[in-house]
Amino acid sequence: MDMATLAQVLDSTLRLATPLLFACLAGLISERAGIFDIGLEGKILAAAFLAAAIAFVSGNVWLGVLAGIAISVCMSLIHGVASITFRGNQLISGVAINFLAAGLTVVIAQNWFRQGGRTPSLTGDARMAQIDLPFAEALADVPVIGPIYNIFSGHALLVYLAFLCVPATWFLLFRTRFGLRLRAVGENPAAVDTAGVSVIGLRFGAVAICGVLCGLAGAYLSTGLSAGFVKDMSAGRGYIALAAMIFAKWRPWHAMGAVLLFGLLEAVANRFQSIEIMGLALPIQVMQALPYILTVVILAGFVGRAIPPRAGGSPYVKEH
Amino acid sequence: MATIPDQTARQEAAASAPPAIELRGISKAFGPVQANKDISITVQRGTIHGIVGENGAGKSTLMSILYGFYKADAGEVFINGRKTEIPDSLAAIRAGIGMVFQHFKLVENFTVLENVILGAEDSALLGPSRRRARGVLKQLASDFELEVDPDTLIENLSVGHQQRVEILKALYREADILILDEPTGVLTPSEADHLFRILRGLKEQGKTIILITHKLREIMDVTDDVSVMRRGEIVATRATADTSPTELAELMVGRKVLLRVEKTEAQPGEEVLRVDGLRLVDGQGVERLRKIGFSIRAGEILGIAGVAGNGQSELLEVLAGLREAEGQAMLRGQPLPLSGQDCNGQARRARRIAHVPEDRHRRGLVLPFHAWENTALGYHHDPRYNPSPWRMDGAAIIADTAAKMERFDVRPPDPQLPAEGFSGGNQQKIVLAREIEYGPDLLLVGQPTRGVDIGAIEFIHQRLIELRDAGAAVLLVSVELDEILSLSDRILVMFDGRIMGERMADATDARELGLLMAGMEHA
Repeated sequence: MDMATLAQVLDSTLRLATPLLFACLAGLISERAGIFDIGLEGKILAAAFLAAAIAFVSGNVWLGVLAGIAISVCMSLIHGVASITFRGNQLISGVAINFLAAGLTVVIAQNWFRQGGRTPSLTGDARMAQIDLPFAEALADVPVIGPIYNIFSGHALLVYLAFLCVPATWFLLFRTRFGLRLRAVGENPAAVDTAGVSVIGLRFGAVAICGVLCGLAGAYLSTGLSAGFVKDMSAGRGYIALAAMIFAKWRPWHAMGAVLLFGLLEAVANRFQSIEIMGLALPIQVMQALPYILTVVILAGFVGRAIPPRAGGSPYVKEH
Repeated sequence: MATIPDQTARQEAAASAPPAIELRGISKAFGPVQANKDISITVQRGTIHGIVGENGAGKSTLMSILYGFYKADAGEVFINGRKTEIPDSLAAIRAGIGMVFQHFKLVENFTVLENVILGAEDSALLGPSRRRARGVLKQLASDFELEVDPDTLIENLSVGHQQRVEILKALYREADILILDEPTGVLTPSEADHLFRILRGLKEQGKTIILITHKLREIMDVTDDVSVMRRGEIVATRATADTSPTELAELMVGRKVLLRVEKTEAQPGEEVLRVDGLRLVDGQGVERLRKIGFSIRAGEILGIAGVAGNGQSELLEVLAGLREAEGQAMLRGQPLPLSGQDCNGQARRARRIAHVPEDRHRRGLVLPFHAWENTALGYHHDPRYNPSPWRMDGAAIIADTAAKMERFDVRPPDPQLPAEGFSGGNQQKIVLAREIEYGPDLLLVGQPTRGVDIGAIEFIHQRLIELRDAGAAVLLVSVELDEILSLSDRILVMFDGRIMGERMADATDARELGLLMAGMEHA
């Protein structure tokens, strides 16, 4: 593999990891607060659709991003009302959101654009622009440093934002009052309640942040990574993000590592149609299945014991 | 209406400062159940006020109202003479009330420091709060013997230290009034003594303390005044110096009770059970029982003392055939399998081993089932209940249950009532009746009086003694040291899966056992 190919693969790893990273951090914050969110997938899909649709109609990608965030937060709040306020089952509420998104996006897309459940292709300002880092051009010919620098250059704003979200999430969780309370509410909500802090308020806060991040994941998917929405374009990324989160044991920096691994697998699969290992040619389907196989392996517990937040999945009922 | 004890010193204090807490006419109902009825209590500043009462007397409800968990239907709360509304915990904290719950409200995988500042942070960033809390904790540690390493995770602390963290939490929030709900239930005797020293120290600093307990000895040891609750009402308030455990027990139950168990000398007969090298490793790879050996003879009660979680529960489960273990056991000279397919509850019953489990809700009863169905559980193969192979005789079981209920004084004596409809004491009597009336050679009994009121405790204790006198061996596991001391003939103390020592009940005391329970070899 030559340097240029390697650079290409790594470049595309960053792009492919971006929606996973947003979604993974979204799930991490929600679950740290004790709300299991299997509905990441649905929120990504809904956000991807609305972001593409609004970006196409308005011709402004940022309006699209805002719309994606808005719909994703709305769905988060539905999940919140069902599982926090009405103490419903968090898995069922999440699955319902996934169904809702999978169905509604296609139906509405068909109704609005009549293109078989997709949005028209985005061009110009309706698509996310790439940002060249300063001196990228000048450094391009410098050996070693040039290609490496260029891997990091030339991505959409949301890619940089996603990776900035990692230290931000870490700081929020471990260095702020909100983070302390949020982690506490996922471990033992009774401790938070008796300390005079609202359990419901904290959990809704976490769920709302989760919605914003899923919105960004979806918006990037349809306006940055692709140029428009197609049916089921989230392609299980919400579930892969959950797997990455478990792999990372609910820690932000580790989440970034996990997500980059998934991104790399996907990039390799996209770049090489088939790979020969010891004379055996692996067909493309095997390559494309790799991220999903890794997901299964992780969820089957091959990565050691991952202990979720103790109060995760259970609604808080006040008792003494 | 409660009366304030006639003590000159305290009256003078009362004249100069308003009482720390005054409750007037507090009432609270849950559906048809009147949990608190027109309760009035006055607690003077700088005193320790005890509240005693049986389970379900309404103590916890009252404290939950004071801490803003429940809203009272009627009544007023005055803190330092000012009428105070307490709609939530935040309001209680602001009013200077700190609460130490029976089940700690700590985040297990947080450090002590994080638990202390949770909810009382100074600013949006944690740094300054951490630094300040560190200093405050150091000060509190030296003032009140409340030493805890601020950087340890809660899950690595002993129960006694966890409780200190709860007290520190309250003091960090500058609580003037500290409420402790059954604080010694999980402590070793020496930890309890330490707690009482802390409480006395706090009192000297002018803090007001409310101590909720059902242990009369603690009330006598540490409180200045005591209020007795029964069926949601305050039935009496006394100065502790002017009352006695006997009087308090009578007030709690509403009739005369025997606090000490009356029993004659044991007449131990032949050996019933011998256990050697009993070893149990649980699913997490932790060794729960470390090569235990002991024997128990007919006509004796062998008590197993220890702080909860030191292997006693596992020992009971192994002997009852609910868990497999390594080692040898002989019952009346015949091997008793500790693993394999003959190690199960039914096989144990066939060998005349009966079991009253520690957790009657999970293992002793099927709560939604009728009392008569529960009476047949485990003994449903009894030929008396099965006149033919394909039909169970419900009427026979019901009649049998009614007779057992009569003999064990179960109230109400209604075989058709579901098990969950009985009080804790009466549920326990149903389980005991089922197991004892079966006439076992060996009765395994865990926490026989947990969550049982004083009147029923007396009855259950008498029944266990009667069973012993009838020639059965009784293995008693209890975390209540008083119960172990008064019932047992011989006592084993367990610590960390080992037997720390063996003592004859009449040649030891709570202090010595307490040291053994804390793992001190040479008590």
